[in-house]
Amino acid sequence: MVNIDYIKKLFENNMRIDNRKFEEFRKIEIQTGIIERAEGSARIRMGNTQIIVGVKLSVGEPFPDTPDEGVLIVNAELSPAASPEFEAGPPDENAIELARVVDRAIRESHCIDLQKLCITPNEAVWNVNVDIQVIDYDGNLIDAACLASVAALLDAKIPKYENGEVDYEHREGKLPIVDMPVHVTIYKISDKLFVDATGEEESAIDARISIATTKDGKICAVQKGGKGYFTLAEIEKAADISIALGAQLRGYLSPSSTS
Amino acid sequence: MKEKEQLIIDGKRLDGRDLMEMRKIEIEINPLKNAMGSATFKFGKTWAVAATHGPRAAYPKWIQNPESAILKVRYSMLPFSTWERSKPGTSRRSIEISKVVNDALSNVIFFDDYPKTMIEVFVDIIEADASTRCAALNAASIALALAGVPMADLVSSCSVGKINGQIALDIAGFEDNYGEVDCAVAMIPHEEKVLLLQMDGIVSKEEFIQMLSIAKEGCAKVYAAQKDAIKQAYRTVEAD
Repeated sequence: MVNIDYIKKLFENNMRIDNRKFEEFRKIEIQTGIIERAEGSARIRMGNTQIIVGVKLSVGEPFPDTPDEGVLIVNAELSPAASPEFEAGPPDENAIELARVVDRAIRESHCIDLQKLCITPNEAVWNVNVDIQVIDYDGNLIDAACLASVAALLDAKIPKYENGEVDYEHREGKLPIVDMPVHVTIYKISDKLFVDATGEEESAIDARISIATTKDGKICAVQKGGKGYFTLAEIEKAADISIALGAQLRGYLSPSSTS
Repeated sequence: MKEKEQLIIDGKRLDGRDLMEMRKIEIEINPLKNAMGSATFKFGKTWAVAATHGPRAAYPKWIQNPESAILKVRYSMLPFSTWERSKPGTSRRSIEISKVVNDALSNVIFFDDYPKTMIEVFVDIIEADASTRCAALNAASIALALAGVPMADLVSSCSVGKINGQIALDIAGFEDNYGEVDCAVAMIPHEEKVLLLQMDGIVSKEEFIQMLSIAKEGCAKVYAAQKDAIKQAYRTVEAD
């Protein structure tokens, strides 16, 4: 059982259970290209949180309002293997929120050049499916999932497409990736703001705010969560933290893979 | 990317508003007789109806909390509320909005007063011309107050965004479709507490902070309208 009162006390005294600073991330490791059958893939470890992201491409019809653009679809699963708190079955509101918040960072930063994914306008475009599988839960899923998703997109290559058939065993160019959105979530306990909450810390938070930034330090998506509140001054501070630490996290994504 | 559309002409928006002008707010008090409390809230054409039931015994039983009430919120967009028919029932979008609206309302409700019970809030969007989650939250907040649910304060919400490079209050549908940024904010305005914040689109940090201070003014306007409407409800009772 997590002792929520104990965690709150620690924060009141400017301490954390693992002795980290408030603006310090746990150790992050990212491996890419781990799944041969996926067009792009990544596995991230952020402390004890572990996520695998696979990118699969298929050919489909474009949406009528964007006839010359590829389609981005982000889905997230909180596997029951990842935590005794997670249940099997269709994605619940937490999984849906995770997928939609990561989706917004990718979409709003225009990080994928979707127009380059048009094969025949009005008829055929590439669908980019980003599937996020949380395999071990220890907090801060939004930041870890976003980082791993962008790493997997940077790793992704486009399969051969000839005479209406996709040849998944042969790949041609890279997926056109032009930005690297990074989410940094700022959590609040006992009026203290900090980043990269562990699972234990997450169970004691008042509120969180996830702010995604682009590679030039602009804000491209925001999501507040939790039943607590942020003051306007706290949000301004959170934006500064996200811009500064976002630049740091972007260092884990290989910049040579951006076109 | 969509074609660049002219959304501001001679300082006016396409519906004739100034940049900092909110659409007309209209509120109806207790329009539904079966609900403990109900309200409709309009920002121009955007129209939400909220009903609350309870507090009543929570079911299924395993969801009961022996120490406090639980809040259930369901937001849904009706099929005829959009130009192209929306599929009825829940969607991923409606599940996410229900969650963030629930979080915002949970901040003000005194749950400990009603152990083992549930308070339910149902919000339907009758017509959607953007800012629907804001209208939903405003209607829900009034409906809860009218149901007599003990609350620390009302929650007030409005949207703010960036259209043709300029910051604007209360984003309408055509501005959401062709503008650069859409941001929904819910606050307790006089305490500067932000309870809901969702933003899509690219802004600088300075623009983001400016948008929030404009949203605060907008939420204060909504708050005043909500308060007036609730007072009106009790004035009617007195007159009978």
